[in-house]
Parts: sequence; structure tokens; C-alpha cells
Amino acid sequence: MRIEAHTLARMLSRRRRMELGFKALAVTTLAIALGSLALLLLDAIADGAGRLSWQFLTSFPSRKPEEAGILSALVGTVCLILLTAVFAFPIGVGAAIYLEEYAGKSWFSRVVEVNISNLAGVPSIIYGLLGLELFVRAMGFDRSLLSGALTMALLVLPIIIISSREALRTVPRSIREASFALGADRWQTIWHQVLPLALPGILTGSILAFSRAIGEAAPLITIGALTYVAFLPDGLFAPFTALPIQIFNWVSRPQAGFHANAAAAILVLLAVLLLMNALAVFLRQRYQKRLNL
Amino acid sequence: MDETTALEVHDLNAWYGHTQALRNMSLSMMERRITAVIGPSGCGKSTFIRCLNRINDLMPGFRVAGRVLFKGQDLYAPGVDPIEIRLRIGMVFQKPNPFPKPIYDNVAYGPRLCGIKERARLDALVEESLKKAALWDEVKDKLHHSALALSGGQQQRLCIARALAVEPEVLLLDEPCSALDPIATGRIEELLLDLKKNYTMVIVTHNMQQAARVSDTTAFFMLGQLVEFGPTSQIFTNPRDKVTEDYITGRFG
Repeated sequence: MRIEAHTLARMLSRRRRMELGFKALAVTTLAIALGSLALLLLDAIADGAGRLSWQFLTSFPSRKPEEAGILSALVGTVCLILLTAVFAFPIGVGAAIYLEEYAGKSWFSRVVEVNISNLAGVPSIIYGLLGLELFVRAMGFDRSLLSGALTMALLVLPIIIISSREALRTVPRSIREASFALGADRWQTIWHQVLPLALPGILTGSILAFSRAIGEAAPLITIGALTYVAFLPDGLFAPFTALPIQIFNWVSRPQAGFHANAAAAILVLLAVLLLMNALAVFLRQRYQKRLNL
Repeated sequence: MDETTALEVHDLNAWYGHTQALRNMSLSMMERRITAVIGPSGCGKSTFIRCLNRINDLMPGFRVAGRVLFKGQDLYAPGVDPIEIRLRIGMVFQKPNPFPKPIYDNVAYGPRLCGIKERARLDALVEESLKKAALWDEVKDKLHHSALALSGGQQQRLCIARALAVEPEVLLLDEPCSALDPIATGRIEELLLDLKKNYTMVIVTHNMQQAARVSDTTAFFMLGQLVEFGPTSQIFTNPRDKVTEDYITGRFG
């Protein structure tokens, strides 16, 4: 088919306009996303930066806003997330290994798969209710750090399983076959070849899951974590508080001083999150370098 | 030289799900000979060779019927451990697939799985295997560099060395040169002819010149069936079957 020159020119100029329009649309959506994030950050900095100080980080909460600090909340959050990782990481990775490497394609594994994907979307407060019934009451752990960590572990487990499976799936079949052809059994193949290759992906996915848990307040409030804690947790069964709860508490106070505290605590929480994401990037880079030597 | 049978295949049938890949295959492979398997794509060459060390057991939905005798023992008899089979029947794949680890660790992988830990013994095994695979001189100064830094041809020889390190009796090669240039291919072929002194080999190849150059016996497959099987010289100069003749003279496929 021959197209006349002026028809072609018109067609091309229309295409160029379309192209430009889509580009503008994409840039706008990005600007909206980044802009609202920047606005949030700037707002928190404007309100809270003045309150950030060593004293703020090392003081317990107080009735006077200018004397209050986040020591117990910060320590609580760090302990909570470490403990969550201790429970959720091995179980999540183990479940992913089973589903990906051992289970095969039976109806059972399909049912499990669908359910795990569903669980990843269940609102966090539901996990709080489960934790309240199971850990706080039935198992008698009370409103302790342990109950909180176990609840959080349940919350992040589906995400860890899903991202670990993705990571395991990226290991090429040729590597597995090479290992089997040399007389390795399934576990040796997983341990020596599959896991080292999948580890950067598993770690990244897990750390992102934990950083989601760090920001959660709802399940902790449901299991009854305290809002006013003037001591540090001294064991698994100690009562505790965490940064999101402290922020929630301060925001709901009428005094402006507490609002500034909340903003400052938000900045600290963001810093912790940033640190964890940096750790994820660092680990990924390090392992990838080791693999490429 | 004595002509002992190493591998004997009787009425082998294989399926992926509902698709039958092999139909009533019967042939035997002689000890310390190279048997070439040729045929157009999808004719079952790879499936066939992958039945010989039971690596296809790992494919979901794969099923096999018939017997594969290795020195008289049926590989598919109940109670046979596929791991033991794979230690005695090694395999080299189409695409070089070294582990993303140092050269040394690639070769030492198999022996280490068998529980060999002494450094001196591993060192000796690694050196010996790399020498057998004609790679030692090129890599002896960089044993602890990544295997991924090697060229494609070197990687494939490393894979051969890795397979030899577990001291198998048979070596299965599934199109080992299809990803290599002619010079690297030539080196591998030389190597195979040299290894023939000690190993039984089965090689799947798309390259008919290669089959003619290296093999003693050739099997021609079509659509999952064995069309012709005989001495390589006879298959290439005086094929009995019309289809074989058409294929090797390049009239199709």
C-alpha cells in the first residue's frame, strides 16, 4: 500500500503529539507521587526537626511535652523487629523452600499458594485480633514483647514466603540440573547452589517486609501494647511500646507540644526505615559481588 | 579390543504429560565407544539421553516405561537410587552451566558431596580432572577466579572436568558444542576422542559432521522413533533407510 506524502506527514505528527501527551501524563503521575511524599516529609521536618535532639532520643515519655522522649518506643521497635525477624525469617524461607522445591504441582500446593496470596492482603488489624486471642490469651504471653513479635511475624510471613519463592524461582534450571547430574540430592542442591543464588532476593524481600511491619500500629494496639512506658523491656515477657503507637498517642493529644513530638518521632521512624532499606541494598550488592567474584 | 555392552535400552517409551516423546526404542551402546544420536529437532534425542542417567525424573509430568540396562542392572528397577546412577553416569549439558563459583570449587563440587574433605586429595582430583579435560594449562594460575570469567569453550571443558571429577564410567553429552564456535568445538571433539580410551560416551548432536568425525556408532531418530542404528561409517556412506539418507544428505531437517 502506498501512502501519500501529506497523509503520512499528518499521521506522523499525530503520533508525535500522542507520544508527547503520554510522556506528560507519566511525568505528572510521578510528580504527584513524589510531590505528596516530599510534602509529607517537609511538613514533618517543619513541625518536628526542632524537637530532634539527643535528649529526645534518650528520654522516656512524660506528661510535659518538652521533657518527653522516645527512648522506650525506639528500643521497643528495634527489639520488636529483631524478634519478628527471628521468628518470621526461618519459617518464611523454610515454607518457601518447601513450596518451591519439594511440593510439586499438586492441588494441595495450589490451595496453599492461593491462601498465602490472600493472607498477604488481609488487613493488619485482623492479625492483631488473632494475636490477641492466640498469643495474649490462649498461650498466656500477655501484652508482652513476645506476643507483639509473634503477631508481627504472622503479619509478614505471607510477604516473606511470596518474595522468597520469587527469588528461588529465578535460579536457572540449568544450575539445578548441573548439581543433580553430579550426584547431589535435593537438599545438597538447595543448600549449595539454589539458596546462595536466591539469597540476595530473599533478603531484600524480607527486609522490605520487616520495614512494613515497623510502621504498623493497628495490630500492636489490638494486642494491647502500652502507650505510656517509662522503662525498657527487660525480657521476652516484658510490656513494651513502639514508635507508631507513641506517634498515634501523641497525635491524639490536644497540646501542640505533643504534635511536634509526634512529627519528630515520625522523622526517627523514617530514619529507621531508610536504614533498613539501605541495609537491604547493601546486602544485595555484597552477595551479588561475591557471586560474580 | 573387546566389545562389551555398557548401556542397553529395551522398548523405551517416554511421555511428558500426555505427549509421547519416545516410542519403543531399543539400542545398545558399547563400552569405550562414542555413540552419536542425530535427528531433527523434537525427535527425542535429548529426552533419550536424559533417560540414561534419570535426570528427567526431575521433570514434572515425566513418565517412562521400558528398561535401561547399565552393565546388566536396570536403572528404572524399583529400589535403584538415581543418585548412585548419576555418580556412575555423568552428564554435560547443551549450554555450559558452570556454578557461579571459583573454578576450583566447580570441579571439587562432586567429590566434596561424596565426602572427600582432605585438601591434598581434592587438589589432586581437581588437577587431574582439569588435565583430562585439557583445561589445566589455561586455568592453573587462576583456580580461585570465578568460572564465569572463562570463555564459552573453556566453560564447557570445565563442565566436562567437573563431570569427570566424580570418576564416572559413562559420559552423556547433550549437544555440548551447540553454543560454541568452530575452534572451541574442535578442541572439545579432540578431547572426546582422547577420553574414549577410558570412558563410554553418548553424544547428542545437531551437527552431522561432528557425528561423523567423533562417533563409532550412530543412531538416527525421527519423531521419537529409532529409524536406523549402526556403525557411523555405514550410516553416513551407505544408509539402509531412505529417510536416513535424506536427512544426512540435507534434503530435510
